[in-house]
Amino acid sequence: MYLYDDFDRTLVAERVADFRDQVARRLSGELTEDEFKPLRLMNGVYLQLHAYMLRTAIPYGTLSSKQLRMLAHVARRYDHGYGHFTTRQNIQYHWIKLEELPDAMADLARVGMHGMQTSGNCVRNITTDQWAGVAPDEIEDPRIWAEVVRQHVTLHPEFSFLPRKFKIAVGTARHDRAALRIHDLALQLHRNGAGETGFEVMVGGGLGRTPFLAKTIKPFLQKRDVLSYVEAVLRTYNQFARRDNLWKARIKILVHDLGAEAFAKEVDAEWQSIKDGALALDPAIVAEIAGRFRYPQYQRLDDGPPALGETRRADRRFDAWMNNSVVNHKMPGYAIVTLSLKPEGGTPGDATAEQMDVVADLADRYSFGEIRVGHEQNLALPHVAQRDLAALWRELHAIGVATPNVGLVSDIIACPGLDYCSLANARSIPIAQEIASRFRNLDLARDLGRLHINISGCINACGHHHVGHIGILGVEKNGEEFYQITLGGKADADAKLGTLIGPAVPYAQVADVVEDIAAAFIELRARPDELFIDTLARAGIEPFRERVYAAR
Amino acid sequence: MPLVKGSRLVEDDYVRVLDEEPIPDGVPVIVPGKRFLADASELSQREAPLGVLWSNDRRVAELEPWLNRLALVALVFPKFRDGRAYSQARLLRERYCFRGELRATGDVLRDQFQFLLRAGFDSFEVKKPADALVFAKAAARYSVFYQPSADGGAPVLRRRLQPGNVPAVRPREAV
Amino acid sequence: MTSPLEKKIKITGPVVVTANRVGDGAVVYRRGGGWTTALDDADVTTSATEARALITAAIADDLNAVGSYIAPVKLTGAGGVLPGNLRESIRHDGPTIQLPEPIGVETMVARRKNQDAHVSL
Repeated sequence: MYLYDDFDRTLVAERVADFRDQVARRLSGELTEDEFKPLRLMNGVYLQLHAYMLRTAIPYGTLSSKQLRMLAHVARRYDHGYGHFTTRQNIQYHWIKLEELPDAMADLARVGMHGMQTSGNCVRNITTDQWAGVAPDEIEDPRIWAEVVRQHVTLHPEFSFLPRKFKIAVGTARHDRAALRIHDLALQLHRNGAGETGFEVMVGGGLGRTPFLAKTIKPFLQKRDVLSYVEAVLRTYNQFARRDNLWKARIKILVHDLGAEAFAKEVDAEWQSIKDGALALDPAIVAEIAGRFRYPQYQRLDDGPPALGETRRADRRFDAWMNNSVVNHKMPGYAIVTLSLKPEGGTPGDATAEQMDVVADLADRYSFGEIRVGHEQNLALPHVAQRDLAALWRELHAIGVATPNVGLVSDIIACPGLDYCSLANARSIPIAQEIASRFRNLDLARDLGRLHINISGCINACGHHHVGHIGILGVEKNGEEFYQITLGGKADADAKLGTLIGPAVPYAQVADVVEDIAAAFIELRARPDELFIDTLARAGIEPFRERVYAAR
Repeated sequence: MPLVKGSRLVEDDYVRVLDEEPIPDGVPVIVPGKRFLADASELSQREAPLGVLWSNDRRVAELEPWLNRLALVALVFPKFRDGRAYSQARLLRERYCFRGELRATGDVLRDQFQFLLRAGFDSFEVKKPADALVFAKAAARYSVFYQPSADGGAPVLRRRLQPGNVPAVRPREAV
Repeated sequence: MTSPLEKKIKITGPVVVTANRVGDGAVVYRRGGGWTTALDDADVTTSATEARALITAAIADDLNAVGSYIAPVKLTGAGGVLPGNLRESIRHDGPTIQLPEPIGVETMVARRKNQDAHVSL
């Protein structure tokens, strides 16, 4: 948990005052919408179908219980009593009034939260994986580096008016849980043969109209050089990416047009001039930031307390939840608990203010006051003692965040879609709900195993449909909602973009199509425990395509 | 267009010369970049101050050989959202050590003043007169900066390492 | 991005001009030089010329509303005006899904107990 100091707090306070003034000038007419729009976007304020939307940053998905309570307060006081957790570890409020925004932001600022740079053509929230700091397979806590970079790119005078948005992710674990390769810039920590740690730098990933996976331009960057290298990448992007066409302004297009090698050369030329200047990272500076990350005072506990096993044997539902939502922690005797925000009939990623308050209390009692937000739109409690799991489960279950469907077919990632978003062509939430209801039987869901469905309501791909095992993209055809289906996408280190399997299908048939795909999978799989994504790789998409389009 | 320098509205000493016009003698002039380069060795001999208007889609490295003869470089924001000139400004100040007047022109609005100052600009052709009048206030909106920047302010990352540090408004230099 | 004014205006049925109110983002419809939240009261036209006049005035009214565009409507026999496509229906009536209920913890717990009694795992 990163603790703000006076500098951080002052910046956020000044930002609130700045925005309050800008809102006043907009309401008085001194600023036109054209002039105001980029300013409000830099504070995470969108205009959507029904109201303004506020996107609040949750840096690298880490929240304190105090912060979560404030998020609940904002939902209650300024919105319609709920919030939506996003695929970039942020939270969105969909019913905000512009007139009340400065007050909402002042409230958020009291707990060190803000909407800075959650939108606009600047560097966005830097994401990591939601198990940062507690996963057994990580080299070190990625959030320290995310924070170092976050500070550097916040209100950066040179990079606040980039050609387009810029998304950065940091990973330090063996398994990529942060979808690094779909980011504009990704930093993956490695340990080399000599035992030193350094970053692999990847650039040019991104979904949307022209999806690309990021390419490695520097296999091993010294930690000391992180800021200067990021600066060189941003400066190259700022100067040379296209500004004439919104759809061609992301860095992925520049990297593709130049070629990764030429792009890397350009960056390197710039970097050579600045690497030994003011941005060379003093270990003292990194240590100072690392020092403001507070870690729990873990107790010395044993794995597998006997009472836990007994409760598992006695309660089938608890056992199912343990198998699904609880994973190993790097500390013996502890566990990482995922809270599913995909209950049957609910909207993926939504939580009510009441639920947030209860989760905050549970975090205080069971997780050293800390909560995580994952890009799968679920929450996590990262420091739970195994001996507390049964008690915790009962309380999570009571408020509906313990559906044991994490990673399963009904753990759907969906953007808000046409029900909320002015960019959308089609709805995504009711599609997600219908699919989830077809697979409400948990035995069936468990039998299908790990199966990621991603739904986007338009080509902007906020649902990350390109990297879903099953990807669903809403399009509009003659005023009707249709959906393209892709198969075989992956967001991990072996990242792949999904393949379109045929013509778009109408709204009413999407859930049927998913059932057909599931049925084909069950017939084709080599073993009961073969994963969908592996069956697909083995059998190819042809049998699935045939099955889906046989009768359509 | 009002010109702001040193947080104050000032008269513009420079004459903006267009592509085909004759360049007047004995007065400070700003000449378009392409025209300057075509005649660089001759133009840079002139006694009166010489300025160049440099478009935002050309590398400032091209101007580098002449910088010590230039009194002014004017950079362009065709729309304020087009941020290329911020990079150009920083390169001019920090890479090529340009010490003359660095002027922001085009769609220059009040909410970008502080970014512009920190990128190294020291004069501003401000689009709206009302913005020019509040320049000093707008330019002091933030007192805390994470990054090192062209105008020399100490970045937070380093200030933290000094004991007894509290955020303070950086004094504005009178020009 | 082309503004609505630059696009050629093609009218194939009755239309209104709609936007979002600046202060609170609420959906509004152009009416008599101003704005209304009631679609029934909106200025409806079937003429491209009138539509252009409406949208020009709407866009100029940047102080009060933002993002103006021309939207199709359907007319009921009784003089009522209805949204003319799905997007406008959603803007008019709200999301098509059930919004989360602000129920208190006791209610949540009680409902959960009830559900557990009826659903076998």
